[in-house]
Amino acid sequence: MSALTGTRELVRLALRLDRVRLPIWVLGIAVLPMTAAAQYLELYPTEESIREVGGFTSSTSLVALSGPMFRVSVGGLTAWKTLVTALVLVGLMSLFTVVRHTRAEEETGRLELVGAVVVGRLAPLTAALLTAGLANLAVALLTALGLLGTGLPAAGAVAMGLAVGSFGVVLTAVAAVAVQLTEGSRAANGIGAAVLGGVYLLRAVGDTGPVWLSWLSPLGWAMRIRPYAGERWWPLGLVAGLVVVLCCLAYVLAGRRDLGAGMLPQRPGPAVAAPGLRSALALAWRLHRGTLVGWVIAMALAGAIMGGAAAGLPEAFGSNRQVADVMARMGGSKGLVDMYLATVFGIIGLTAAAYTVQATLRLRAEEAGGRVEPLLATAVPRTRLALSHLGIALLGTAVLLAVSGLCAGLGYGIQVHDVGGQVPRLLAAGLVQFPAAGVIAGLGTALFGLVPRASQLTWAALVACLVLLELGALLGLDQWVVDVSPFAHVPKLPGSAVETAPLAWLVAVSVVLVGVGLAGFRRRDVR
Amino acid sequence: MTHAITVTGLVKIFGSTRALDGLDLSVRSGEVHGFLGPNGAGKTTAIRILLGLIRADAGSARLLDGDPWNEATTLHRRLAYVPGDVTLWPGLTGGEVIDLLGRLRGGLDRRRRDALLERFDLDPTKKGRSYSKGNRQKVALVAALASEVELLLLDEPTSGLDPLMEAEFRRVVLEDQRNGRTVLLSSHILSEVEALCDRVTIIRDGRAVETGALADLRHLTRTSIQAELARPVTGLAELPGVHDLVVRNGHVGFTVDTTALDTVLSRLAEAGVRSLVSQPPTLEELFLRHYGTEAGQAGPDPASGVSR
Repeated sequence: MSALTGTRELVRLALRLDRVRLPIWVLGIAVLPMTAAAQYLELYPTEESIREVGGFTSSTSLVALSGPMFRVSVGGLTAWKTLVTALVLVGLMSLFTVVRHTRAEEETGRLELVGAVVVGRLAPLTAALLTAGLANLAVALLTALGLLGTGLPAAGAVAMGLAVGSFGVVLTAVAAVAVQLTEGSRAANGIGAAVLGGVYLLRAVGDTGPVWLSWLSPLGWAMRIRPYAGERWWPLGLVAGLVVVLCCLAYVLAGRRDLGAGMLPQRPGPAVAAPGLRSALALAWRLHRGTLVGWVIAMALAGAIMGGAAAGLPEAFGSNRQVADVMARMGGSKGLVDMYLATVFGIIGLTAAAYTVQATLRLRAEEAGGRVEPLLATAVPRTRLALSHLGIALLGTAVLLAVSGLCAGLGYGIQVHDVGGQVPRLLAAGLVQFPAAGVIAGLGTALFGLVPRASQLTWAALVACLVLLELGALLGLDQWVVDVSPFAHVPKLPGSAVETAPLAWLVAVSVVLVGVGLAGFRRRDVR
Repeated sequence: MTHAITVTGLVKIFGSTRALDGLDLSVRSGEVHGFLGPNGAGKTTAIRILLGLIRADAGSARLLDGDPWNEATTLHRRLAYVPGDVTLWPGLTGGEVIDLLGRLRGGLDRRRRDALLERFDLDPTKKGRSYSKGNRQKVALVAALASEVELLLLDEPTSGLDPLMEAEFRRVVLEDQRNGRTVLLSSHILSEVEALCDRVTIIRDGRAVETGALADLRHLTRTSIQAELARPVTGLAELPGVHDLVVRNGHVGFTVDTTALDTVLSRLAEAGVRSLVSQPPTLEELFLRHYGTEAGQAGPDPASGVSR
């Protein structure tokens, strides 16, 4: 039996297990540039109309966020607006896929079951790499085909597809190494996410200053394929070289370690529980805290960058007379900045809600993993157990919104010398999103209590909210459809008046949903 | 006599399968009660109902004079549970899990905890994800055995333990019984039940098929013998306690009651034993013999005097 025996079967198994998850990722990523291109073709039918955009895309903050805009054209704008997002998403997809089919399987012991029968030592890793590779191929093909369909130049479409797909392959290889280092799938995901964040930051700093830093970042390479802006193909060589090196490293490490073990040493922990670890809430906090800390850091950075970007807006627009006129009609530069910030906080609200969903569904993951049963066999009441996870989910969401508001306030306030004024304004803009996230938490709790198998639909609901927010107007949907999203009822802060009635309604709906979920959980069978 | 557990006519339906189909079970206070049955017989389902984790569709269950569903949390202060398939939190050490579960139950005997760690040779500083199956089992066992409770619900507690640890487990349970604890021990290992239990209930397809004192169920523990002999053996069939005898070219195979083993083996030794394989019958075989569906094999041995 060779070390690769059974790879084909494992790939089939992985594709079978991911038959819903992967297509959603692939389609979601591939649709993004296509939709944007279609939108811009409509918005900017002429060469002149798009020139207006050129000025403000060169502001330092926006370059840090999305990279330089290499060419002012519909294609160039499409690539500038969507490439970074697509790269981050494809990176996450690849990371999660590899970790899921290697470490997570090892952790649960399922891999041992498979490993004992038909497969070679290196087959699981190879199968995970092939599965992620296939997903990346699909992303690349669909991205290119979708863009070709819009009628933009073919070379740009192919370059976009290759940029996105090749960066996915880089993260696939990074994940292959990460899973050799740690024993836990969460830790492997953490390492991978840190690498992704690192290459993003490296590029952000490089693009706004010493450009050689961008050339150290694989994310920078992908952007320098320059879709729709005089395509360059040789960065793909850099990508290929890095992938080969990382894969070799992964295989060497995989050959050296035992099944279930990691390369990083497992430190022994305390033999006795800390005095505080004596309640369901204390355990829940222990389970949630690592994830929450990661989120807080990410949201703080996002808030600071996006808030900082706001300061560059008036100067960028001020140089353009036409835009300056429009701005004056909208209430001057303050109106423009407020509009930008309100949009940003809409996105921050949805992002924080992703944490809400993750944390709310943690209890379901615990239940499916068989770790709720031993707790409920002690004197812990069901309601208290559910509320301990839900409480952390809600409190964590509030903290994330506050932190991003605070950091945005600081990032913008410092630049316009108005920290005292901007911080409270943007704190409010962050926290006002909370009731909408609460509805999502309520939905997750209700599903958990009534139809636990369908809990993951909470993610679908969040994606629906995102689609309604981003594309509702574009697709010409009726207002009542858009209003289904709780986020449609959040006041657009900063810059508009706060109406309390919609917020009160959102709170009421959350409370009802949570109540229904708790009642369901009290009545149903566990697992 | 007071009862720690009284279950009558318990029914639980999962989709189209009746996991429990009118189960009766009664466990007296202070006894170690064996709960025997093959995989899928409904042992775990019954225990999960007793723990209030799932709800019975029909029938009644009383646990420590309380209702297992409505009074779950108060009852759980007085009992400890070891699941058959222990899953731990990957990031918590064994010691932390033991302390946490003990505290959530309302109390842990510190000295006993440390003594048990010693006896089971368990390292409490390892993280949940790095324990083997046997060690995960030990964590759950120590957590349950070290808590100050009157009732232990053990669901196949020795699965994954090596023989040394299994023996240690038996010693601990016998000590516990002397201290007045009640134990419900679900198992499919006959020898374990034999060593520990005062009374047993045998369950199959969600129903109790036998229940009674272990002494009355001795007939169930027949050893199966396969032997190759140098000379033909005579009179084996006439010996009391020998069943299902097959003789072929110096090869004999039969099953024998435990009480008759000594006589039978000396008879075999006279004939010159070349090779000998003996094994206790699996529960499954017992069920097939006593409760098989084939005509003529149904019904318990009328001579056994065991109540149904």
